[in-house]
Amino acid sequence: MVGLTTKNEANSPAMAGDIKNDVLTIKNLHVSVDGKPILKGVNLTVRRGETHALMGPNGSGKSTLGYAIAGHPGYEVTDGSAELIVDGTTYNLLDLEADERARRGIFLAFQRPMSIPGVKLADFLRHATTNVRRPERKEGEELIPMREFRKELKSKMEQLRMDTEFARRYVNEGFSGGEMKRAEILQMAMLRPKFAILDETDSGLDVDAVRLASQSIAEIGGADMGIIIITHHDKLLEHNVPDFTHVMLGGRIVETGGRELAEELHGAGYDRIRAAYPDAAAEEKAMTEKKQAAAAV
Amino acid sequence: MATDLSTPENAAQLSASVVGEINKYDFRNEEKYSFKSRRGLDAEIVHMISDMKNEPQWMRDFRLKSLEIFNSKPMPKWGGDVSLDFNDIFYYIKPSDRQGRSWDEVPDDIKRTFDKLGIPEAEKKFLSGVKAQYESEVVYGSLREDLSRQGVLFTDTDSAVREYPDLVREYFAKIIPPTDNKFAALNSAVWSGGSFIYVPKGVKIEFPLQAYFRINAENMGQFERTLIIVDEGAQIHYVEGCTAPMYSTESLHSAVVEIMVKKHARCRYTTIQNWANNIYNLVTKRAMAYENATMEWIDGNLGSRLTMKYPAVYMMEPGARGEVLSIAFASQGQHQDAGAKMVHCAPNTSSRIISKSISKNGGRSSYRGLVRVEKDAAGSKSTVVCDALILDPKSRSDTYPYIEVENQNVSIGHEASVSRIGEEQLFYLKSRGLSEAEASTMIVNGFIEPLVKELPMEYAVEMNRLIELQMEGSVG
Repeated sequence: MVGLTTKNEANSPAMAGDIKNDVLTIKNLHVSVDGKPILKGVNLTVRRGETHALMGPNGSGKSTLGYAIAGHPGYEVTDGSAELIVDGTTYNLLDLEADERARRGIFLAFQRPMSIPGVKLADFLRHATTNVRRPERKEGEELIPMREFRKELKSKMEQLRMDTEFARRYVNEGFSGGEMKRAEILQMAMLRPKFAILDETDSGLDVDAVRLASQSIAEIGGADMGIIIITHHDKLLEHNVPDFTHVMLGGRIVETGGRELAEELHGAGYDRIRAAYPDAAAEEKAMTEKKQAAAAV
Repeated sequence: MATDLSTPENAAQLSASVVGEINKYDFRNEEKYSFKSRRGLDAEIVHMISDMKNEPQWMRDFRLKSLEIFNSKPMPKWGGDVSLDFNDIFYYIKPSDRQGRSWDEVPDDIKRTFDKLGIPEAEKKFLSGVKAQYESEVVYGSLREDLSRQGVLFTDTDSAVREYPDLVREYFAKIIPPTDNKFAALNSAVWSGGSFIYVPKGVKIEFPLQAYFRINAENMGQFERTLIIVDEGAQIHYVEGCTAPMYSTESLHSAVVEIMVKKHARCRYTTIQNWANNIYNLVTKRAMAYENATMEWIDGNLGSRLTMKYPAVYMMEPGARGEVLSIAFASQGQHQDAGAKMVHCAPNTSSRIISKSISKNGGRSSYRGLVRVEKDAAGSKSTVVCDALILDPKSRSDTYPYIEVENQNVSIGHEASVSRIGEEQLFYLKSRGLSEAEASTMIVNGFIEPLVKELPMEYAVEMNRLIELQMEGSVG
């Protein structure tokens, strides 16, 4: 097991007080997919500047939580609330379409990003960046000036040690696993969200690539973002030491601790958690069996 | 109505309801014509047209013979539904008494129309010869002097009949005779305007030559006739852009484009057409390519009630190459029946067809294509790729590929795909702040990008803008 190093200075939460008033609050969230309940009452509060690790066995609902917060129409919220407070304004996320959530500061780095053939990464990003920076922009209104955009994109790509030629490629089309994840981080860098959910940004990457990703997230996120990192491993947390670690099991967050909880789970797995929360473990078992039965059909 | 492809006769009926979508080209000027023929078509009208144009006897005879052929041919039973009353159409309108020689001489209201189309700007932007067709007659044209010095002829076809009678007579209706199909016969009888281009041996025109077309009189047929001759080793890229304002009754556009590409010559013909939703656009386009010559058709079809257009390349001698890149966008009340026809008549010829179609809001797009390899065409190659994108469950896409091969020593490839915009793609883009409409537009523009990047810059921009206009209001 790799020990977690100390949090770097930029990630210190002791920054200007006002951003700590920006907060994402999930209460008793129930989410179904295709009519099947997946989340069964999730509670989570994330303030800007905080880093949260979200862990748990496969199928416990981590990605579902990410999709539900980002507003995927296939993830039906059946109960509970999701509220975003930014600059003193309160938004009921559940009333907002996915694009409106993005414009208010929510970002999801996809585990498996979609490819958009024929659309250049730079063109897509210029559009997205304009919309997120000018949340009230109407369709057809001007985009941020090309020169200004290119300059910023170039500097962000250099910061992420990416070849600027990369921006001319079609979005995720023929990207390697590592390229996809770096493109996600680049998008996060350009969109500068208030809250970012990183869904297994380390999956499919080799050790060096994970280290680079970890470092990049820390550099970009800095103290500005509230970050939720969904991961099975500890490498991604190397530069993003969690203030809180949450463990999901059977569609709920069953335990919350500090960085030491992440360290423990990396070493010992989820046996202790399952034993300590037999109800959730039973839910997990039931869901897994249902899934297997469905797969058998 | 370009080709004589045999097809199933049970093609579905096109929805008769044409619902107008406001678009930026929907402006119209008050009609101020110096001559307008009565409605309908008979020998008297044809004589009148010939009189108006002071044509030589051979052209008058050609028109009259074509009219007979038109009357004797039945309507095609395949393709789209052409519910047109041929007696309710104006076949000839002359917008002003003479042809403008300079911009200053062009009538003001016509200028205003051109202003809206951006023609003067195009001139300023160092475009080469701008030929703008207003109604049936070319009213303004200019050609850069260096082209004239090289012996390039670029004029309207009416003038060409008078000024270059030998050249015109040698090639006119040789590639597409009036007997080819009903609409070619119609055009042959009443044609007016269009471009005539002759590029002499070895002359390579490095920049695209452009013409703008526009129909502006209600119920007026536009029957332009274009003839391009690219002599040995010469090269040209001709760009034809069409926009039409919107009217409530049917309007017919039936052009004929003939192109001769001689030994080692190269021709690219680019069209972007954005017709009003009530226009029948029934066009015959055909090129003959000789030894090692290359002919490329780039064809963008938006709007219209029904478009039937299948640009053809006949590869007549060894090494000839033909290519068609086609984009079709069908929205509500529209049927795009578009494709290509490649005929391999000689050994070692090659052809490629790439077709991309988009159907939305109940629109229907059909790919209809023929690849024919004659007995003598050993060693020939052909590739066909057609991709369809369907934006909603109301819309429709069909593929009618025909392959006729008389020689076994050939390589023929055909790929077709049909896709829908995926919910996951939309969500991905929306999660980055793009509205659903913006996301769909981006996916559509990406879909046609491989063809759009073949267009001259200003047309690529225009194409993307037209797609955005077509996509507006498509969601929600």
